[in-house]
Amino acid sequence: MLNAISLKINGEVHTVTVPDDMPLLWVLRDVLGLTGTKFGCGIAQCGACTVHLDGRAVRSCVLPVGGIGERAITTIEGIGKTAVGARVQKAWLGIEVVQCGYCQPGQIMSAASLLTGTPKPDDSDINAAMAGNICRCGTYVRIREAIKRAAASPES
Amino acid sequence: MLLNLIDRPELASRRTFLKATCAGGFSLAFRIPAFATNEPEQLADEPQGKFAPNAFIRIDKTGVTTLVMPQVEMGQGIYTAIAMILAEELDAEYDKVVLEHAPANEKLYANPAFGMQATGGSTSVRAFWNPMRKAGATARAMLVQSAAERWKVDAASCSAANGRITHSGSGRTVSYGALAEAAARQSVPKDVTLKDPSQFVLIGKPLKRFDTPGKVNGAVVYGIDAMLPGMKFATVASCPVLGGKMSRLNEAAAMAVPGVFRVVGLDDMVAVVGDHMWSAKQGLEALQITWAEGSHAQLSTEDLWQDIRRASEKDGIVAKSAGDIGKGLSSGERIEAAFEMPFLAHATMEPLNCTVLFKPESCEIWVGTQIMARVQKTVAELLGMPPEKVVVHNHLIGGGFGRRLEPDMVLSAVRVAQHLAGIPVKVVWTREEDIQQDLFRPIYRDVIAATLADGKIAAWKYKVCGASVLARWFPVAFQKGIDSDAVDGAVDMPYDIPNFQVEYLRVEPRAVPTGFWRGVGPNNNVFAVESFVDELAKRTGKDPIAFRRAMLGKQPRLRAALDLVAEKSGWGAALPARVGRGVCAQTAFGSFIATVVEAEVDEHGEVLLRRVTTAVDTGIAVNPDTIVAQLEGGLVFGLTAALYGEITLKNGRLQQLNFNSYRMLRIDQMPKIDVHLIKSGEAPGGIGETGTTASAPALRNALFAATGVALRRMPVDREVLLGRKKA
Repeated sequence: MLNAISLKINGEVHTVTVPDDMPLLWVLRDVLGLTGTKFGCGIAQCGACTVHLDGRAVRSCVLPVGGIGERAITTIEGIGKTAVGARVQKAWLGIEVVQCGYCQPGQIMSAASLLTGTPKPDDSDINAAMAGNICRCGTYVRIREAIKRAAASPES
Repeated sequence: MLLNLIDRPELASRRTFLKATCAGGFSLAFRIPAFATNEPEQLADEPQGKFAPNAFIRIDKTGVTTLVMPQVEMGQGIYTAIAMILAEELDAEYDKVVLEHAPANEKLYANPAFGMQATGGSTSVRAFWNPMRKAGATARAMLVQSAAERWKVDAASCSAANGRITHSGSGRTVSYGALAEAAARQSVPKDVTLKDPSQFVLIGKPLKRFDTPGKVNGAVVYGIDAMLPGMKFATVASCPVLGGKMSRLNEAAAMAVPGVFRVVGLDDMVAVVGDHMWSAKQGLEALQITWAEGSHAQLSTEDLWQDIRRASEKDGIVAKSAGDIGKGLSSGERIEAAFEMPFLAHATMEPLNCTVLFKPESCEIWVGTQIMARVQKTVAELLGMPPEKVVVHNHLIGGGFGRRLEPDMVLSAVRVAQHLAGIPVKVVWTREEDIQQDLFRPIYRDVIAATLADGKIAAWKYKVCGASVLARWFPVAFQKGIDSDAVDGAVDMPYDIPNFQVEYLRVEPRAVPTGFWRGVGPNNNVFAVESFVDELAKRTGKDPIAFRRAMLGKQPRLRAALDLVAEKSGWGAALPARVGRGVCAQTAFGSFIATVVEAEVDEHGEVLLRRVTTAVDTGIAVNPDTIVAQLEGGLVFGLTAALYGEITLKNGRLQQLNFNSYRMLRIDQMPKIDVHLIKSGEAPGGIGETGTTASAPALRNALFAATGVALRRMPVDREVLLGRKKA
């Protein structure tokens, strides 16, 4: 069934007419043209589609859009406007984490969510928060280092 | 620093060139011929008064310097490396150069290693090192000459730096932009002086990459992100049994799904087209498809292993021979082993996709491909159009690993688009179909026999058995029944052995299409060689590094890498029970690399990766940070395959279709990785695949040291490690 659904994405309200059960991923990408959020597996196994709902990381490929309601959606296009997101992006570039980059929007969203809840994560915090994000280029050692750098960088 | 991803394919047709390039005659794949085929070319009619001394450099009147990238960026950092080489010799203002994709144009942008526009085989820096230096130096010489003429001084008294020419006598300076028009009128010098490496200001520095800023904020557009006005979205399915065909469709249920626009039935696949991927996916699930499963509906991987094991009893075709192998193998104890490697999928993070706007008279394509011109040519052939009517917009690639050396996904998308004339359609493969429709790394069975004398290998006979990807992909390089890629790391193995023979036996697996996969031939060869060498070392009672070292008299660079890795890895230091260190030494892709993996096997047979140490001499390191990153990532890619990678068939159906069954290494399993670069003045080697070839044998040898179990097959089998099953 098609419904008009209002979504608050990166601070703006968008109204889309799509089925309730349509995953947020495809609404972002194919309906709204926010292609920074990536499709990787469709079954919440790889994390490429990670976005935030009220600041917490979720896999948008299995998140029916009809159930989101009022919660604020943040995508990779908007995360740099948050202090934590900007720090993560800066650390990512400083350490030159990225190779092909396709998984990195999801990695950055997971990392930003981790640092929001756990400002000074240790290795096991990082493992727990990041193990759902696959990187086929194998940038994991640098992801860990970048998270630690972002955690150590001053709040601004 | 700017990455301009507005591609300009129209430029290619506007240009005329003074002489044809791309000489043929490539007998060996993945080797760099002694001659460079795409020497810098003069552009005869470069528009807009730009200074464009060759196909790679354009400088306009305002000083904007555009560097055209002949190789595709798929994460390996090649845009930055090529820009650094060009800008180094050009003495450009590096921070302000603009990068552009090259258009599809084999004459201008062929990879000298292949004579075609292709990015693969860890060839980019090796093949373009000299042509790019010459292109930059040629442009610089013309700018210097223009400045000298302007000032009426000797060119030798003028020098270039950072986008400006300076006259040493007067201190006058002029920007490249101000000289662009005059430089465009200069004739192109034939011989130019390249910098001495001691003069390098960019090469050798860990400079930031051009492509990464747009990759951390969602701005970069991959092929899968192409958006066109009025576009539709499609997803596809092929027969679950490999090689099966579409027989019958009942479209009714699919067409009833909201947003479904059309069902397209092709002989080997079906597509559902909708308003977005979700409707297409839902439509495909609802679609009633009757498949004609064909002749492979009973086939299992075990059948294919039986085929290759039986075939491998025969002799192969001799690819290399030295000494007297018959005599060498008949004296002393003969030791023999067979090593087996599984089918592997590529599973690039960016699933297969292609966007097409088909019209009766033209075809436009948005894709990320490692073979731009080949895509253009094969689509033109499919459609019966002249190639210039097929426009390919290339994109940054979300992982290649060899998968995007094939044009199949483009051809499939074009066949779908033919049913939607005038409507752009983005075809996206689900992960399941991405794996289902892969061209897999072939299974291999390598048989090695050796004898030992005086603590060294006296004779070595190595037979490589497996599919020939090269024979299909690059037939000219498949000569006399020998796949030069499949035996690359066998004929070029580093050890000094008096009696030596390598054979190749082509065994094509039924039903399973095969393709290049990161590490290509050496990935299989290095595993077999380094695993067997470790077994032989144990037989002699020698330390694995000492055993190797004694046979590396003719390989000083590899020997130095081995010494360094021994030092840095703590080789020889005591370890807890069930922990081992394993080494791999290799010369694959023109780089000299020694790697030590330290791993533990727990009581359940689970492998815990503790530490990886690599020492690498890759010649001049254009961008050292990229080289370290490529090794880190390549090692992970190889460890992933070694621990988990295997595609199997049952009843003709793939048993691994997504990341839940085709498992990947994750961050919580990561070892510490240390990469040590060895300073070198030699020409650059290849690097993108070297970590992958290194890590599986080093891990296997670590497990051998930890448990005494000599694994002969990949991936690691925990039951074998626990001694519950035979190797």
